Amino acid sequence: MHLFLIYTVDGITNGMVYAAVALALVMIWRATRIINYAQGAMAMFTTYIALIVIRHGAPYWLGFVVALATGLVIGAVTERVLVRPVESRPPLNAVILSLGVLILLEAIAPMLFGGQTQSFPVPVSNTDLLVGGTSLDISPFALFTIGAVLIAMLLLFLVFQRTTLGLRMRAAAFNPEIARILGIRVGRMLTLGWGLAALLGALAGMLAAPSVYLYPSNMDEVLVFGFTGAIIGGLESPVGAVAGAVGVGLALSYVSGYVGSDLAPLGGFAILIVVLMLRPQGLFSFGRQRQV
Amino acid sequence: MRPEISRSRTLAVAAAGGAAALLTAACGSSTPTSTSNTASAPGITATQVTIGSTQPLTGPAAPGYSEIAPAANAYFKYVNAHGGVNGRKINYTYLDDQYNPTSTATQTHKLVLQDQVFAMFQALGTPTHLSVVSYLNSNHVPDLFVASGCNCWNNTSQYPETFGWQPNYTIEGKILGQYIAQNFASKKVGFFLQGPNDEFGTDGFTGVTDALQGKSLNVDATPAYYTPTAAGAMAVGAAIAGLQAQGVQVIVSFSVPLFTAIAEASAAGLNYHAQFVVSNVGSDPPTLAGILTGGALGKKLPAGLIGGTISDTYLPLLTTSANPWVTLFKSIEATYAPSLPWDGNVEYGMSEAFTFVQALKAAGQNPTRASIVAAVESSHWADGPGLTPYAYSSSDHNGFTGVQMVTVDATGNLTTLGPVETTDDTASGAINTFSGAASTPPASGIPSD
Amino acid sequence: MSTALRGSTLLRHGLFFLALALVLLLLTSFVFDAYTNYNVTEVAIYAISAAGLTVLTGINGQVSLGHGALMMIGAYTTSVLLTWHPDLPMILMLLVSIATTGIAGAIVGIAGARLRGPYLAGATLALAVALPQVPSHFASVFGGNQGLTVVSPAPPAFLGANFSPEQWLAWITLAAAVITFFVLANLVRGATGRRFRMVRDNEVAARLAGIDVARTQVLAYMISAACAGLAGSLFAYWVTLTSPSGFTLTLSLSLLTAVVIGGLGSLTGAVLGSFVLVYLPVKTGDLATTLNLPSNIANNVPTAIYGIVLIVAILVFPRGIAGGIASIVRGAGRIVRSSRSPAALPASPESPSQ
Repeated sequence: MHLFLIYTVDGITNGMVYAAVALALVMIWRATRIINYAQGAMAMFTTYIALIVIRHGAPYWLGFVVALATGLVIGAVTERVLVRPVESRPPLNAVILSLGVLILLEAIAPMLFGGQTQSFPVPVSNTDLLVGGTSLDISPFALFTIGAVLIAMLLLFLVFQRTTLGLRMRAAAFNPEIARILGIRVGRMLTLGWGLAALLGALAGMLAAPSVYLYPSNMDEVLVFGFTGAIIGGLESPVGAVAGAVGVGLALSYVSGYVGSDLAPLGGFAILIVVLMLRPQGLFSFGRQRQV
Repeated sequence: MRPEISRSRTLAVAAAGGAAALLTAACGSSTPTSTSNTASAPGITATQVTIGSTQPLTGPAAPGYSEIAPAANAYFKYVNAHGGVNGRKINYTYLDDQYNPTSTATQTHKLVLQDQVFAMFQALGTPTHLSVVSYLNSNHVPDLFVASGCNCWNNTSQYPETFGWQPNYTIEGKILGQYIAQNFASKKVGFFLQGPNDEFGTDGFTGVTDALQGKSLNVDATPAYYTPTAAGAMAVGAAIAGLQAQGVQVIVSFSVPLFTAIAEASAAGLNYHAQFVVSNVGSDPPTLAGILTGGALGKKLPAGLIGGTISDTYLPLLTTSANPWVTLFKSIEATYAPSLPWDGNVEYGMSEAFTFVQALKAAGQNPTRASIVAAVESSHWADGPGLTPYAYSSSDHNGFTGVQMVTVDATGNLTTLGPVETTDDTASGAINTFSGAASTPPASGIPSD
Repeated sequence: MSTALRGSTLLRHGLFFLALALVLLLLTSFVFDAYTNYNVTEVAIYAISAAGLTVLTGINGQVSLGHGALMMIGAYTTSVLLTWHPDLPMILMLLVSIATTGIAGAIVGIAGARLRGPYLAGATLALAVALPQVPSHFASVFGGNQGLTVVSPAPPAFLGANFSPEQWLAWITLAAAVITFFVLANLVRGATGRRFRMVRDNEVAARLAGIDVARTQVLAYMISAACAGLAGSLFAYWVTLTSPSGFTLTLSLSLLTAVVIGGLGSLTGAVLGSFVLVYLPVKTGDLATTLNLPSNIANNVPTAIYGIVLIVAILVFPRGIAGGIASIVRGAGRIVRSSRSPAALPASPESPSQ
């Protein structure tokens, strides 16, 4: 029973990191109908930049802010320079393009930062809290991880639902033609959407690095699990993405705890297949036509 | 048609051979100091010996291990700067296999087919090198001093070209096990191993359980395993939590440094204060500290994270700067590889390079692949950097046969615990205290003839 | 004779592939050294797998980010059988691997036929990550992470003592590749290929034309998987080891990028893409070595260049190398013809529209 609690907390904490990636993927999917396979690699890159900042003696939080800001810029530039030309083309173009960005970033990172596996600092302790000698099975860093992703979600929700900017972004994503007629700079909205998504990815990178360590391909599997979560959630729904990602986190944690750590990815795959066989558009996708 | 094909090929080969001979003659005449040197084998010219290796320069085993080949190369540069071996410079080509057995296979083919290496040297890793050991042996490529303690390298009938170097994991496991039986008799012992079905983990497990056989120790017989991949890193926490739940108090760990570090950090995160007993290959304190503190983060190593860890060594202690081997290797490092840190990996790489130079010298003026294998088998070298002599003979391809127990303090310093002990890898082989004297390096730092 | 040649695709293809086989036989026998033969074998293995993926993704319109997992099934079929019965002949291993992987492909195809776009991409991506965990976990059958060792086939004695195992494997693999391409070329030109393309271009229209869409998609997956199975089996003999480490996400992604870089939907493109996949790293790696760059840079130059090539190719030559060559040839033809017929060729629908 005690182990079950440990695995559950682990699953939720990792699941929240996947959720940040899943949310980023969903944002970009809703805006441009593209899956950004380079999301994880971008996060790896910004995390390295944070590490450099911190290594030069700056406090963790400055590194944190720099990583998120760099994410915003990388995302926006990628959209404007690389993605814009393929947005109107058959979907496979964008798939290959983002794979190209993934491969390029994972090759440039070791050139700039070295290919070595490095540990990454935490802002608060990652030792489980003790109350009167009994472990609560959750560390301050796990609480920070869960809290940070929840706050990011809340902020995004507020931006999209409560501000004019959010309304414009939604309009640009939902119907670019009409949005254009209404005088919305659709291109700019899409660029901003990519930037915000990459910012979210950068957050995931910062939260994942202390446990997966930092090396050029450290986000590959995090991306796959985040993507799995997003698909389970239905790709259209931010809430679905978070729910799906936490579900994947729990599945991985239970499988690795009770069955064998090496089988964990199979657990994620299994729930994906079960969900997709029952609902080919994921759990939280309602009434939309199948995308070809 | 077919005979024609083979005849023309023979012709082509003969023509190529002729050209090579001309080229060699030209080279030979241009180096007056070694006129009697010939291109006696693949990878050997009158002036150069090319050897190859596969190393985890990146990937999950890279922390620490990526320094080994550069350190060995620094020693070769030192030897080359002092005239080389019989007038030949050693050209060491090491390729990155990322600790991925499939890329070990393709990189080794490249070394043998394209670079035409004379021999493989210090190819690193158990699962990785197992993927090419048959290939190397069937092509009669000497496979010297594999950087792994798998018992499998000592198999003279199947792998006559392959030699181990460090004490194998079963020998090491037996001596670790004996220490546990003597010092932690009342505690519950569990295992954290690379595996399942990885000989690194299973050989060590065998050694420790052999030594615990017949002792009334409480052993958790189902080891916790890790996979040396990214997904594997994320799952270590669950594995350690499992050991904690079983009430394990002593964790015997046969793991690469990154995974030792993750295991120790995970235990600390769970407020789980188990005694770690770690195989030499996964315990180098500077490497672990580097991983755990993020290299140059400038933070102090969290107290108690690696302090108290028990391990073993078969080379002189890193921190005894009065030891002549340590002095020699540190001075070579300062000149030829100043960017490397001084740690166990560097000492390992240089020590193994020293052994290779011993072998190359013993293989004669114009070495052949057969002559270097014969030279190692009949070596009886008295002086080597190891704490014990080499075991090499025509029926034994093990290197060193024993270790000395050590403990790590909170700042990463090592202290020996008791004498050097030797044994074999059989279940019943006795563990004996080694009574020989410690060797010293030759004054030149280069093995004498 | 000439009308028969023009009339029968089969005959025309037959002669072309026979000539190709002869050229390859001569090259591998007289021109290539052992290491070139070793690399050419790798190209041929990727080409077989990429050709299957071309049929699936290029011609039938189903994306797969998990073709490496299918190759893994072929490789393990061969390796496990050889562990049990080391003397089984290679040709049998190849055929059995084609069959098992084809069946696995049918299963994936049945599941995949319900999925579209990113859902199919995500499911196949998860497959690529998850499937290698099976042999890793069930070590007693599959050898765990250590994997299973495979002995590369020894050349028959009558070829002489100088005939290297690399050359022999190159012969076998290239023969397998030529046969695969011959079969696929005919299939793509025939009725099956037309059905595949109709389903890709417009599912509703295909259904109106009486085509069973799901069945067509499953068939495409099966054919594609059979190719992957053959490639996987050959891969096992080529690496001489089958372990989960051989079937990483990188392999799956590389196959898809090779197909696109070569020219999506074109079998020639599959070959060109495989050449790029194998030789670009080799050549750029040699270049990086000669430039004496620091090792952390030199080691990553090939991958970086591959990434750049992908990005540039998509932005500038979205129809890949094969498409690029075709449009150059067409362009040249247009110049030649322009004096006679002023009507320009219609712009290709896939060409970039800004």
